[in-house]
Amino acid sequence: MEFCGGHTHAILRYGIRQLVPKTVEMRSGPGCPVCVTATADLDKAIALAYLPDVIITTFGDMIRVPGSYSSLQQAKAEGADIRIVYSTIDAVGIAKANPGKSVIFIGIGFETTAPTIAASILKAQQDKIENFHVLSLNKLTPPVMKALLDSGEIKLDGIIGPGHVSVIIGPHPYEFIPRDYGVACVISGFEPLDILLCIDKLVEQIEKGEPKVEIAYPRGVKPEGNRKARQLMEKVFEIGEANWRGIGIVPQSGLKVRGKYERFDADKAFSVSLKPPREPEGCRCGDVIRGAAMPPECKLFGKVCTPESPVGPCMVSSEGACAAYYQYGTPENSQGF
Amino acid sequence: MCLAVPVKIVSINGDEAETEIAGVRRRVSIALTPEAKVGDYVLLHTGYAIGVIDEAEAEETLKLFEEIASLSEVH
Repeated sequence: MEFCGGHTHAILRYGIRQLVPKTVEMRSGPGCPVCVTATADLDKAIALAYLPDVIITTFGDMIRVPGSYSSLQQAKAEGADIRIVYSTIDAVGIAKANPGKSVIFIGIGFETTAPTIAASILKAQQDKIENFHVLSLNKLTPPVMKALLDSGEIKLDGIIGPGHVSVIIGPHPYEFIPRDYGVACVISGFEPLDILLCIDKLVEQIEKGEPKVEIAYPRGVKPEGNRKARQLMEKVFEIGEANWRGIGIVPQSGLKVRGKYERFDADKAFSVSLKPPREPEGCRCGDVIRGAAMPPECKLFGKVCTPESPVGPCMVSSEGACAAYYQYGTPENSQGF
Repeated sequence: MCLAVPVKIVSINGDEAETEIAGVRRRVSIALTPEAKVGDYVLLHTGYAIGVIDEAEAEETLKLFEEIASLSEVH
């Protein structure tokens, strides 16, 4: 299983599924932050957008994901002020330029992105920009890998470890994977040859019966990770539970803003009432996220659900597995497509 | 989301750096990589350098890639 959505796209784009022997079956994992955002959390982000004097800032992919009753895109069409940003630096800049408004950044992402969001909260504090807030939906990768392995729903022999998450956390947090589950784990870069090299190392570990954590991306991932980034993350966030689409509540897998920084915490600064979440009918994003279904196994795939008119987030996000299968699909990996 | 691209640091001013890749220049934050120096390649993710690329390891990987490429020429 490749954890990271970036790997899924590279694997499909470069035809790696066709290059490797048929005995190597590849599954996508829960590594697309937009996709794993639970509908209830998305509904909260959309509800915040409808509040008066609020500017929502978000990474682009989030805007088109359908919530239970609306989407950020629909809210924008109805007059909500929603702006796509490339970086949290831009979101802080918007807050500085609009002192009469509350600027909320929709904080999604894994350990790669969380330090940049922590840095933005520290920057807002330092520059006394008190109208900047973060809705922290950030998530951690090792706990959800554990949740998947514990469920036993799919039998994994090896995991392609996320390259850029590992730049921050290093290889050690994954050591429970070979130790407790006997599953191989190799951290990969994103070039096609990086991924082939990673698969080669995984197969070698499995054949030898010696699972361990290896780095096949040593130019980016250091054994100690990025200490400075982790320090900032730990300073601003504390670990709590998180709600994952298709998986549910996973303990110790989310990042919440610490009390010391609560004035920047959108969860504390704003209150919205929400109707119970509704999942899109027939959508199998949850199964795809767990690796329990391949995108073409969903009845909506490529028919009702396309990148132009997506039903679920896995077809919206540029890292979603369904979008990758749709964009780069071949008869071999996309039945009937 | 976890997309990060390598960019080269051209100049540094406090915790900001001017970076360049393929002729495109961009100012980025190096608050997460205070060890970055002018001339280093860093991994850029959403406006922040998240890691400094190890040049020796990068060259080693390039050599390995060349080896793989030469294998396909033989067969």
